[in-house]
Amino acid sequence: MTSEEASLSIAPARPRPWRDPKLRGIAYQVLFVAAVVGFGAFLVHNTMVNIGRQHIATGFGFLDREAAFGIGESLIAYSPADTYGRAFLVGLSNTLYVAALGVVLATVLGTVMGLARLSGNWLVRKLAQIYVETFRNIPLALQLFFWWGLLNKMAPGPRAAWQVLPDVFVSNRGIVFPVIETHPGYKWVGLAFLAGIALAVGIARWAKGRQAATGQQTPTGWIGLGLIIGLPALAFIAAGAPLTLGLPQLKGFNFSGGGSVSPEFTALLLGLTIYTGTFISEIVRAGILAVSWGQSEAAMALGLRPNLRMRLIVLPQALRVIIPPITSQYLSLTKNSSLAVIIGYPDLVSIANTTMNQTGQAIEGIALIMAVYLVISLTISAAMNLYNRAVALVER
Amino acid sequence: MHISTAGRWTSFGAALALIGGLALSGAAWAGPTLDKIKQGGGFSCGVQTGLAGFAQPDSQGVYSGFNIDICKAISAALFGGATDKIKYVPLTAQQRFTALQSGEVDILSNNTTWTLTRDTDLGLNFAPVVFYDGQGFLVAKKLNVKGAKELNGATVCVQPGTTTELNLADYFRGNKMEYKPVVIEKLDEAVAAFFGGRCDVFTGDSSALAAIRTGRASNPDDYMILPERISKEPLAPVVRHGDDQWHDVVDWVIYALILAEEKGITKANLDEMLKSEDPDIKRILGVTPGMGKALGLDEKWAYNAIKANGNYGEIFEHNLGGGGPLKLERGLNALWTKGGLQYAMPIR
Repeated sequence: MTSEEASLSIAPARPRPWRDPKLRGIAYQVLFVAAVVGFGAFLVHNTMVNIGRQHIATGFGFLDREAAFGIGESLIAYSPADTYGRAFLVGLSNTLYVAALGVVLATVLGTVMGLARLSGNWLVRKLAQIYVETFRNIPLALQLFFWWGLLNKMAPGPRAAWQVLPDVFVSNRGIVFPVIETHPGYKWVGLAFLAGIALAVGIARWAKGRQAATGQQTPTGWIGLGLIIGLPALAFIAAGAPLTLGLPQLKGFNFSGGGSVSPEFTALLLGLTIYTGTFISEIVRAGILAVSWGQSEAAMALGLRPNLRMRLIVLPQALRVIIPPITSQYLSLTKNSSLAVIIGYPDLVSIANTTMNQTGQAIEGIALIMAVYLVISLTISAAMNLYNRAVALVER
Repeated sequence: MHISTAGRWTSFGAALALIGGLALSGAAWAGPTLDKIKQGGGFSCGVQTGLAGFAQPDSQGVYSGFNIDICKAISAALFGGATDKIKYVPLTAQQRFTALQSGEVDILSNNTTWTLTRDTDLGLNFAPVVFYDGQGFLVAKKLNVKGAKELNGATVCVQPGTTTELNLADYFRGNKMEYKPVVIEKLDEAVAAFFGGRCDVFTGDSSALAAIRTGRASNPDDYMILPERISKEPLAPVVRHGDDQWHDVVDWVIYALILAEEKGITKANLDEMLKSEDPDIKRILGVTPGMGKALGLDEKWAYNAIKANGNYGEIFEHNLGGGGPLKLERGLNALWTKGGLQYAMPIR
């Protein structure tokens, strides 16, 4: 374009429609959406036609049919006479159980290891580093096989089980231990426990207000502890101290009575905890290092002891950095729990796989798995976002 | 220890592939399987990941076994005697049906039990039964168990997604006994868990138990198969529903193998038999034309199928009987003329 032409072409008030960037943008978007929707509709239609041609059953009616297969371990009552729907619930509860325990344990382990990596002690620091670098860099599936193989191959059969503590046995069928048998009086113990927590929280609030107003401190920690332990203990004694232990006993092929955890569950929980713990430890370390040293110096200048410095100055600021990436780790842990399939822990995916195979309804099965993981993940995400908002920097 | 994450993901993947396959295969739908196979010059055969006598890869990864010979006979019938037009796809029990439904394989030849819901809900069709089996229990002799009724409270290793898993639940329910299932998808790992002591009992088709006992136990004499058979397990090749021509070919190749045994046609005397005066034999071997045309194959189809590995009896003997590792009796799988159940429909 020469300069002469440029000077002549004064932009018209309204360009022609195909030259108008705004209209063109809208047109492209409409085309794109139409293409995506069209392709989706093509896929759905094609699927329906193909399923129809092969006479494959469809719909969620199978959830009401009898499942007729056994499940090794379950938190809720289940027998093969129950429905596929109930079997799904068993899988879901098993997934939630291992994920919830895994999240708690991985957080504890990760925090301890993260702090250990910042320790002034050379040995502690290096051990924590070896832990992180080893377990972070081995695929989780291999770690699961390792723990599971260890439990299966190293431990003896139930008739020659190792007694590690009185009435606690380790065998290749898992770990069995005594459990306290339930008693009606325990309801009151539980209520007393809740009441103790409520009172402790109330006193802590009152003490905070008192300190703000008068500057006087109250030993809330000791009072709270006394309430939370003392009240249930009183209720326990008032109920007549009913304490009977359900002891595991070797009967026939295996132990009966008492509580037990299977090698599959133990291996999965160990694997998930140790693997995710490495990532959390790095996140915690990063979070603490992100708080500038000046903050600690300021705290020291105010005369705060090291433990108060960590609790009141460093950690609250570190949490802002820690929470968002740790949410992702919780989500990964939950989703990684589906690796349970390879070692035979009956989680949601394992049971859904079996169901799909017995009923042939893979599309419905996959849809259910996807929906369940989506809901779990969004729930964790929402809860963590709420917590994040609570600890976020309050702008004034 | 066999370490594989592939199992889990392929199973999930197979299910996804089914969805993908069903969603996209409309475009790729090239008419009936038989035409596709003839044009493509080969077919894919779904087999087990490894079961001595039935389907087992050697150190070079070359498959052999009873189920493999069935596929080879079909290949020979289709491709003028060539037995190498097959792509073997190893599948776990959980993957097999999705693989067939989505078109990843054209036939399953992997000890699949014929049941009503598989025939209907899964959209499949079964070829004639090639092996009549029954479910049994494998236990260590040191447990001192003499019968299945003594298994109350036992821990049982079982593969998920099988009729075995369902029969097991039915049997213990019916006898008011308790058990703890340990379900592991890959046969290798389930078997390793059993021999490692994770379970008291391994359950499966009794032929498979025999294969596992001889093939995998460090000392087979330490283990025994309990006398009870708790189910009927008619094992048959499987094809897709609504694919009648291909189904016909599979059916009649198997019938031809059984008829060949009945008529005394063997791999060795095949060429002599071409001169036979028996009208049945003349029809089977294509001396009297018409049968091949009716199936959409050449007239030598049955001749080639028998030539590949011999008749049904020879295939059985070579892989499962005295010539193989398992030394199974013919039992129910003897010809109907010898007190068994193998009975082929007439070729005419």
